[in-house]
Amino acid sequence: METLSFEFPCPGPDAPRAAPALVGVVASGNLEVLVEPTAPPGRCRVVVSTSARGFGEIWEAVVRDFARRHAVSGLSISVNDAGATPAVVSLRLDQAVEEYLGRP
Amino acid sequence: MTGVESRPARASFREATARRRLAAVLDPGSFREILPPSERVTSPHLAALDQPVAFDDGAIVGEGLLGGQKVFAAAQEGAFLGGAVGEVHGAKLAGLLSRAERERPAGVLLLLDSGGVRLQEANAGLLAVSEVMRAVLSARSSGVPVVALIGGGWGCFGGMGIVARCCDAVAMSEEGRLGITGPEVLETTKGVEELDASDRALVWRTYGGKHRYLLGEADRLVEDDVAAFRAAALDLLGRRREVGLGALDAAHRRLAARLFELGACADATEVWARAGVPEPARLPVLEVGEFLRAVASARRGEP
Repeated sequence: METLSFEFPCPGPDAPRAAPALVGVVASGNLEVLVEPTAPPGRCRVVVSTSARGFGEIWEAVVRDFARRHAVSGLSISVNDAGATPAVVSLRLDQAVEEYLGRP
Repeated sequence: MTGVESRPARASFREATARRRLAAVLDPGSFREILPPSERVTSPHLAALDQPVAFDDGAIVGEGLLGGQKVFAAAQEGAFLGGAVGEVHGAKLAGLLSRAERERPAGVLLLLDSGGVRLQEANAGLLAVSEVMRAVLSARSSGVPVVALIGGGWGCFGGMGIVARCCDAVAMSEEGRLGITGPEVLETTKGVEELDASDRALVWRTYGGKHRYLLGEADRLVEDDVAAFRAAALDLLGRRREVGLGALDAAHRRLAARLFELGACADATEVWARAGVPEPARLPVLEVGEFLRAVASARRGEP
């Protein structure tokens, strides 16, 4: 397993505080994403635990793209990954934020 | 709009995740999870083996309402390690059942979807399964009914197959299979001549809901539809089986008589024929309603 952590400043207001949301399942080629309102104001934190070692740069690119698509300020995103492809990761991240904001 | 089009679409129980199944079976918005994913109670064994963990360890437990009555409910996520029972996963199920003895809900629903014990966790997993069995029987003898719903993609096998039959009642779909030794394990250990696990029709007629209903091991056969499972759960919540040595002895006598009568059958269709089902070869293709009518007089069951 490899653990990757990213934290970066986000423009705009913090996301509304809501109950944590979980989407996806840890299964081959899939992942689960947990969204919680626990990052410091103005920042987003992403922690990834993945079974596929050595893909840190790709994870960083996928996470930064994701943060550009959504207002994720103040959110902590936690991922358990079992070798999902970048496209699947992007879709799950989008789904997780939509679920958290209550508009699935 | 025609009448056919206005009928609400069926939502597959089998295709839904464990979380969606719980949300759909219970009254809308009523589920409150105990030890939710944000608590991060994950498997120490998988971590030690350097394998991915899940924030809920594949078991979702909590309380909610069913038709306005307070119930406890648990769901196994089959997509995570085949719903296999590890130490944490099993402790969540057993803990919920113990809590039910104290808090006295109207019943406990177990949405089972599991290949059985999680082999990665070895003895800890085996102990966890036996603790769940004991907790089911303990809850039942304290007067809290336990109902199993089986309709997931992994079926209900190994120790969890035993757990299901320790419950007061079982509702299942044809596709939701129930057994001890699953088809893949049987093929691996006994050879493809014994059972071809890739032959879905064979697997379904051997382990599937229709066969289990006909033998009296499932109390309700339902379509693969979350609303049908909800209706069955509501219907079965008041149903109780006797717990105790007398009931166990009676069950053993029934099983011995069944083995004597049907033990030589090589295929489920032979069982159905001997049970007196007209046109047994047609059973697998019948819709649930037609099937229930066709087997009404031949169905075995517990008193």
